[in-house]
Amino acid sequence: MSAPTYDLGKLHGGLRLPAEKMKSTAAAIQTAPVPKQLVLPLTQHAGSAAHPVVGIGETVLKGQLIADSDGILSAPVHASSSGKIVAIEPWPVSRRYGEPAPCIVIECDGRDEAVELAEAIVPYETIEPDSLLQKILQGGIVGLGGAVFPTAQKLMQANTSPLEYLLLNGVECEPYISCDDMLMREHADEVLGGASILMHALGLQKCYIAVESDKSQALRRMADALSDLDDKRMVLKQVPTIYPSGGEDQLVKLIANVEVPSGGLPTDVGCVVQNVGTAAAVYRWICLGEPLISRVTTVTGDGVANPMNVRARIGTTIADIVEFTGGYTDRAKQMIIGGPMTGKSVTTDRVPLVKATNCILVASHLAPILDERPCIRCGECAVVCPVVLQPQELYWFAWADDEVKLRQHGLIDCIECGCCDMVCPSHIPLMASFRQAKARIHELEDEKARAERARRRFEARSMRRDMEDKKRQDELAEQKRAAVRAGPADIQEMVERSRRKDSAPKARTKKGPED
Amino acid sequence: MWITILTAVVTITGIALAAGLLLGFVSRRLPPSSDRLVDRVNDLLPQTQCAQCGYPGCRPYAAAVIKEEAAINLCSPGGDATVRRLAELLDRTPLPVAETAAAATVDAVAIIDESLCIGCTWCRDACPVDAITGAHRFMHTVIASECTGCALCVPRCPVDCISMITLQ
Repeated sequence: MSAPTYDLGKLHGGLRLPAEKMKSTAAAIQTAPVPKQLVLPLTQHAGSAAHPVVGIGETVLKGQLIADSDGILSAPVHASSSGKIVAIEPWPVSRRYGEPAPCIVIECDGRDEAVELAEAIVPYETIEPDSLLQKILQGGIVGLGGAVFPTAQKLMQANTSPLEYLLLNGVECEPYISCDDMLMREHADEVLGGASILMHALGLQKCYIAVESDKSQALRRMADALSDLDDKRMVLKQVPTIYPSGGEDQLVKLIANVEVPSGGLPTDVGCVVQNVGTAAAVYRWICLGEPLISRVTTVTGDGVANPMNVRARIGTTIADIVEFTGGYTDRAKQMIIGGPMTGKSVTTDRVPLVKATNCILVASHLAPILDERPCIRCGECAVVCPVVLQPQELYWFAWADDEVKLRQHGLIDCIECGCCDMVCPSHIPLMASFRQAKARIHELEDEKARAERARRRFEARSMRRDMEDKKRQDELAEQKRAAVRAGPADIQEMVERSRRKDSAPKARTKKGPED
Repeated sequence: MWITILTAVVTITGIALAAGLLLGFVSRRLPPSSDRLVDRVNDLLPQTQCAQCGYPGCRPYAAAVIKEEAAINLCSPGGDATVRRLAELLDRTPLPVAETAAAATVDAVAIIDESLCIGCTWCRDACPVDAITGAHRFMHTVIASECTGCALCVPRCPVDCISMITLQ
């Protein structure tokens, strides 16, 4: 049975890329064993870093909270296995800028002892939506599609606007990555369970599940699970295999044929998008009591002996995971965390698997760095841009560092999909320059905000000083007036009195440093 | 017909005369609105309030620039970018930033070695943005998030316990 495809919107641009997913989907998901050591970064989510609540030398159990969320936008971190905390120190991680980030390092004891849950697992229907959101927050669950936005905060934010439906994103459009595909094939029930919980938490009566047309097995499994569940509120939708149809805004356009406004969120058009992996994680936390301590990740590329999908504990180093799958081949040259389009190349396999790691791609050849030639204004990039931007224009403005023009031409709407790079006949690294320009714009914004605050503080201080000065002047003037009023006789008397005081013997006064 | 022409000419001349007089009066009697221009220049300055330009803060410097009393290249923390923007706004020739002795930069903060602080309040009074807290004979500290890195507190400290650190 295949899902019906109807009333789909049309996506502008995009590319049909070779999927390269067959190798990693041949075998079932394997579960990686407990490693010797776990490295858990404090920042595995968008927002501020979690703060550690355990000390070095402490023994922790599997599922125990080791770092709590800090601030409005943050997510807690849990121990993925039992063991002893040996260090809280900077460790290389696979973030965009690549500098080491603070991590909690656990030496595992191999017993994999789980912590006892503080509260018993109850059917989620009996929990009030608000407390359900609070509970999701405690599970350390973040968006597993790639943006790692804390799920609870996303839902709470969504709750403030009128919503119509939940959109479950099973569109894994980037080549090589197949973890969501495998998850839907093997754990369709968990995904749908998570969807029900999310719908209950948001009070929604409708849910679309979007799956790409080339994932026939996943589609079949999801359709079967749906008919087993017999929930009329959920509808499976098949979307065309075009990169980047899995982008949040792009998917909304495809499913609902409405465009998310520039600078807006899908909630502005009545929709909350959640990744299928996130839904499964919510299910595991609410119904099985397991916080987000493991995830399915794709290990693939011609640099590994056996491409496959692995369920590994968060914090397992990439080296351990690759070793578990059978090691590297001698052709392995380059490692990319994430997909080939949006991933980040890393130089060491000591980096840990984090909540965001959906793919470990080991390539046999380095991406050829072709000579960048001048833009010939062919407009190919504008044709493929899914956000309908004009990359060739933006490129000039980025070069000129023209912040105003960049904003006007919608740089902030760029989803960094890399389609423009792929088609550019002059091999111009467009996406890289847009990333830089975005960072620069944010920097300028920060600087402006800082300057504005300093200005206000300076003005407040100047005003206060003026007031103090004026007060002193007034006091002096008042004294002067009093003296004038008093007349010469009184002044003479005052002078006499002070003379008498001076001639009297007096004790030496203590001298302070400020006198 | 002559009457019509005359009426038109007289009317138009009258309007032109009245408008001319009004504009002349306004431009003479009302003060020039340099405040807005000062604000625009002030907006381009980094608001470090470091006084390295020789004026007690960014706004006074902006006012001096508008009055053509000060050159546009005196802002050392702002660097070349600020000079360029000022030159663009005021249509003046961009100059290289003037060399200054002190080293105020926007990405530095002051830090007080609290074990040495004697609580003299001198640094607190020198801070242009009230980013130092502390009372008389009590230890002082810098509110790092508000510090602009102007380094004005450094020379004021009688025990040399303030140093500037660069932010990453």
